[in-house]
Formats: sequence, C-alpha cells, structure tokens
Amino acid sequence: MTESLLVNLSIITLFLPLLGFAVVIFTGKKLPKIYLFELAIMGAALIISCTMAFAKLSYFSSRDIIASLSWFKFQNVPGIGAIDFEIGVKIDNITVLMLIVVTLISFLVHLYSVEYMKGDKRYNRYFAYLGIFTFSMLGIVITHNLLMMYIFWELVGLSSYLLIGFWFEKKSASDASKKAFIVNRVGDIGMFAGILILFTNYRTFTFDKIFEQIAMGHLPFNSPAWLTAAGILVFMGAVGKSAQFPLHVWLPDAMEGPTPVSALIHAATMVAAGVYLVVRIFAMLTADAMLVIAVIGAFTSFIAATIAITQNDIKKVLAYSTVSQLGYMIMSLGVGAYAFAFFHLVTHAFFKASLFLGSGSVIHAMHHEQDIRKMGGLRKKLPLTYYTFLISTLAISGVPLTSGFLSKDGILAGTLAFGKLTGHWLIPAFGFTVALMTAFYMFRLVILTFHGEPRDEHKYEHAHESPFVMVAPLVLLAALSVFIWYTPNPIGADQGWFLSKWIKTPHTVVPQEMRFNFMKTEELKTAENEAAVNHTESSHGEIIHSEMYAEAMHQAHYPAMFLSLGVAGLGILFAFLMYHWRKINADTLAEKLRPLHYFSQNKWFIDELYQATWIAGTLALSKMLAWFDNRIIDGAVNGTAWVTKAVSKASGLFDTYVVDGFVNFTAFISGFIGLNFRKLQTGKVQTYVAFIILAIMILVLVFRPYIMVIK
Amino acid sequence: MLTVGLTHFLVVSGVLFAFGIYGIITRKNAVMVLMGVELILNSANINFIAFSRFGNFGLSGQIIALFVIVLAAAEAAIALAIVLNIYKTFSNVNVDEISNLKE
Repeated sequence: MTESLLVNLSIITLFLPLLGFAVVIFTGKKLPKIYLFELAIMGAALIISCTMAFAKLSYFSSRDIIASLSWFKFQNVPGIGAIDFEIGVKIDNITVLMLIVVTLISFLVHLYSVEYMKGDKRYNRYFAYLGIFTFSMLGIVITHNLLMMYIFWELVGLSSYLLIGFWFEKKSASDASKKAFIVNRVGDIGMFAGILILFTNYRTFTFDKIFEQIAMGHLPFNSPAWLTAAGILVFMGAVGKSAQFPLHVWLPDAMEGPTPVSALIHAATMVAAGVYLVVRIFAMLTADAMLVIAVIGAFTSFIAATIAITQNDIKKVLAYSTVSQLGYMIMSLGVGAYAFAFFHLVTHAFFKASLFLGSGSVIHAMHHEQDIRKMGGLRKKLPLTYYTFLISTLAISGVPLTSGFLSKDGILAGTLAFGKLTGHWLIPAFGFTVALMTAFYMFRLVILTFHGEPRDEHKYEHAHESPFVMVAPLVLLAALSVFIWYTPNPIGADQGWFLSKWIKTPHTVVPQEMRFNFMKTEELKTAENEAAVNHTESSHGEIIHSEMYAEAMHQAHYPAMFLSLGVAGLGILFAFLMYHWRKINADTLAEKLRPLHYFSQNKWFIDELYQATWIAGTLALSKMLAWFDNRIIDGAVNGTAWVTKAVSKASGLFDTYVVDGFVNFTAFISGFIGLNFRKLQTGKVQTYVAFIILAIMILVLVFRPYIMVIK
Repeated sequence: MLTVGLTHFLVVSGVLFAFGIYGIITRKNAVMVLMGVELILNSANINFIAFSRFGNFGLSGQIIALFVIVLAAAEAAIALAIVLNIYKTFSNVNVDEISNLKE
C-alpha cells in the first residue's frame, strides 16, 4: 500500500457514483433492475473507502497525503505573472473518515430506497440523482483546494435541488427545492467573496499553501481585519449549506423530498459539507471569526430546538433537530473544540440517518401519514423500527453508552472551557438549554409515535413492519450509534482511538495577537524551533491547544458530563410526564404559555419576516423595475418610433407636394407653353410669312441702333 | 418746283413692296400670291434703279434689275408649274385650304 495507490483509490471512489449517474441518465428507462448496478457501485465505493481508511489510519496516520497536478496555467497575467491553477486531493485522517461516512450512508440510503421508492415512475432517475449527490459530496471531501471545493459545493447545491424537488408535481416540493437552491446561493456569495479575498492575496486556491503564507505573516491586504473577514465570508458558505441562522429556513422545507433523501442530506452529504468546510479552514480562523461562528452556532441550535418542541410533523421535528445539532457542531468549532465537532459530525451522521430512515419506515407503514398526533402505539407493529429509533433517540439526547453522549459531552465541555477562559458564558448556557430541549422533544416524538394507544385505528390496523432492505440499514446505523466503535471508555472519548489517534487538531496559522488568549503559544526558543522543524511529528511548529485550554477542557469534562446528564434526564422526564404518564397536560401548559407556544409553532416567524422583507422587497423592486421598463424604456423606444414616424411623414409630405409639385409644375408649364404655341402652327404659308415679316420688323426695331447707315 | 428725287422713288418702291406683302398674306388664290411676289420683285427693281441713278455705283444697279426681270420670268414659270401641280393634287388653288404643313 503506497501513497499513490491511496490517491488513485480516492479518485476511483469519487468517480464511481458519477459512473452510476452517467449510466442511468444515458440509458434511461431501458435497463430493468438498474438499482442492482447502483448498489454494486456504491458497495464498491464503500469497500474502497474502508480499505483506504484502514490503510491510512494504520500506516500513514500521522501524515497527510497530498497529490496535485496543474489544471491550467496562465503564463503571463498582466501585473501578476504566472498563475497556476491546481487540482488535487488531500487525504488526511478526516478525509478517510468522512469518505466512510459518506459512502456508508449513501450505500444504506440506496439500499433503503430500493424498497421505499418502489413503484415511483421516475425510479431509475432517482438513483441517478442519488449518484450525482454522492459524487458531489465526495468531491468536497477529497479536494485539497478551495476552487474544486467551490465547484463541488455548487454541484451539491444542484443535486440537492434535483432531489428535494424530485416529486416536482407537488407545488410544495418544487417550491422547497427552489427555496433551498436560492437560500444556498445567498451563503455561496459570501463564500465566493471569501475565496476571492484569499485568491487575490495568495494567488492560489490550495488550502495548505494559503495556510503556509498566513503562517509566514502574510496577511490579506496586510490587515488582520481582512483575515477575519475572509474567514467569516467563507464561513457564510457553511451558513447556507449547514442551515445556520439566518439561512436555516430552507432545511425544514427540504422535507418535501423523499425521506431517504432527507436522510442523505441531513446525515452525510449536504449539511455535513458546511461543517466540513469550516473544519478545512479551521487553521486560518481568527479569534473574532471564531467568536462569530460560535455565536451563530449557539443561536442556531437554540432557535431550532425551541421550534422542534412544538412541531407535529415527524420529519419537521427531525429537520429542526438536525439544524440544532449542526448548530452544535458549528458552535463547537467556534469555541475551538475542533476534534469534538468532527466527532459529533460523524456520530450525528449515523444516528440522524437512522432516525430519518426510521421515520421513513414509519411513514411507509402508515401510508404516508406524517402527523405524529395521528400515530401512537406503533411499538407493537414496528418492533425493529422502534428499537433502532429508540437507540438513535438515546444517542441524540445524550444518554450514556451511546456515541451521541460522548460527542455532545465533549462539545459541552468545550463550551464550558471556552466560557471559563473568555467569559462568554452565554454559549455554554445555550448549549445546555439545547441539550435539555433536545432530550425533551426527541422523547416527545418517540412517545407520541410509538407508545400509548393508537390514535388512528384504521391506519394502525394496516401498519406493518418494513421489508428487510429497509430494516437492515436501520439496524446497522443504530449499531453504529453505540459508543464502542469510537472508544473503549463509555464516559470519556478523550482516550479513545477516534480522538487520540485519528483526529489531530490542526495547527493554527493565525498570528499570535489575533488568537484567543488560550490559544497563544509560548514563543519557542530558536534551538527548539529548529529541532521541532527537523522532527516530522511536529514539523508544523505550533500547537493550537495550549496547556491552558487542554487543562480547562479536562476540568470541564466532569461538570459538563454531570450537567448534560442532568439536563438530558430532566428533558426525558418531562417528556414522559407530559406525554406518557400524562401527569402534566400538554395542552393546558401550551395554553398557559400561549405566546411562547405560538411563537415556537410558527418558527419564530422567520419565514414571515423574510416574506415581508426580502421577498416583498424583491417583488416591489421588480414591480418598480417592470414599471420603469414598461414606461421609461419602452416609452423611450416608442417615442423614438413616434418621432421617426413623424419625420417620415413630414418627409413624405415634402416629397409629395414640393418635389413632385415641382416636377408636375415643370410638366404643366411645358404643356401649357406647348398647347399655346401649337396654335401658331397653322400650316398656312401665309401665316408664316406674316410672322416672318412681323419678326423682321421687330428685329429691325430692336437692332435699329446697330444698323449701319450708309451716308 | 418739285424735283423728283431718290426719296420719291423709295416711297413708291416701299408702297409697292407693302402692296406685294399685303397681296401675299391676304389673297386666297395661289396665282394672286404669285402676283404679290411679282410686285415685291418689281419694288426691289425700282430700288436698284433709283440707287443706280442717284448713287455713284455705276451701272451695277441697272444690270442687277435686268437679272431680276429674268429671274422673275423663270420664277413665274416654275411657280405656275407648281400651282398647276397643286391644283392636280388638291383640286383647288386656295392657299388657306392647303394646310398639310400643319402635320
């Protein structure tokens, strides 16, 4: 196993789903059972990813493999010189872990869809779209530069558009796909601007080369503010893709797509892309940028959790829980708990995929009923779905022995440490509140769906457990939501192989004065510095986690753990009190907190706010422009036409009356003269003679002075 | 005592010429027109002879007058022949009815 083989394998993995896409798109409906081919391709991609991960993590664990080639070159750009555009792959531990997550979940979603989508009239095309979606996401995962990242980023946007609007006959679905696409563009504008700032200054898109130049003290436009701006702007792309406030509005609407697609979008591909982007640019984030990121993440998770409490659509609850958990990851990156953010990305991918596929199974069984108020008691009818759903719910709620407990606990510890070191206590406060609410609304969902008595007898009678291909992914994903895959210690992930061996926090390249206090490093002495450079293990020079932060994290570990256990337990208790034992009447409570309930149920009126501001504003502006077009521009054109017409009319009149008049007048004169002179020609010789004599007499009279007089 | 001088001759000649012209213009009969032409020729002869008598041109005037008489005879012969031909063609010799020149 050599490095170049790993690079080749990664490229093969990337193009396998594209091959699947191309085959289905070009053969269309002609091939029956095309899904077997798609499954084979995704299975192959999964196996290759696992092989790569095994090789990378075992043999090249401490080394990043980078392979690039020049895509095209501008030899002589005026004022700049040569610019080399590179494409290439960067395979580090995060890449291979992400490859497994993406290919595994994509494979399971393919498998699940075989049954779930059966009978759909665009069955084959559905698999084609899944293929290009997976391809785009894999591109984001393995690329080593921002240019390719942006290209695949947009491809993800395109394929999400295709999949969300897959049932485009439904108005709501086509609207949702457009909304997702447009809202994402808003974030992408920021990302584009950020990439341009970096490219203008560093003449390269490659992450490592940019970081290298920043580490050497070369700041964009020689100003720390621009570095912060670049970080925040690139982060804006993640705000769009990962559905952070204020661009989170597309994600709940994206539930209009088929449920397996929701699982794919929410777990492994689209929303993970945003977090992955921030993970990639983490090294160049300044303290200010990180604070912005942390605040946005915390606020997003809070908003989404409050909304999720009152939703009644099973998929909407899960959608808002996704937004909330993504807020967690973003917040975690913002407070510097990099490893836990990525850890949570992976664990969340598995349990959220499981939850979504589970909800798909429920919806499938209930004949496309999504309202949890009409469910209940499904535990007996769908035992496997119930148990896998329960395990994933325990994981997302942060109950011990699950993967979610470990990653959430780490994130909360990170926020506590951050609060302690910087005084931003609001962020951990948000974090724990959200943990409480998450446990509550997830158990509300489980209880209302699976426990109690069936509320719709008719649909309950017809409900049945889903077939094997739909249940198998659930079981596998639920199994992956258990702690044992990540660490042997069920209460602390720090020492597990996932965090201690596989994920290394990158070394920040931001100048010392722009870091958080706790990230500052002691200036190394020259001798040590040289030694460090020679040593491969720490050749990057500085470390991000100073002793102070590590110490704070360590100290925060147990408080965070007990606190999160406490709030999770409290949330679960409340859920059981209200919905299972019915000690507290949910309706009277909602009535008491009417304004809050109303506010939450209507999603904080953010959609309405956008409707009233941006959409109404855009419409008004368009109307104004249309008026301007109709009146001013068209008016000018019409005016010109009118003037031209008037001028030609005048010119025509001139022609008719003056020019033609002159010609006619000449003819008339000639005719007149001719008519009159004709009378002279009588044909009688005598008349002529008389005229001759008359003429002679006149001539003599006229020329009398000139006649020579003979003397 | 009235002496007949050049002026008298010229006046007679002029009157004769005017009659000639008058005859040419007003007469309908082609023969009468020819007679007007004779009058004009003779008025010219009178002029020639008068200038020959009162001028100092020698005998040239008288000789030219003789020429004119000869020419007039020839002219009369030819012209009468033409008139005869006209009569043959149009069956009359009225000048104002012969207006084929109009066309």
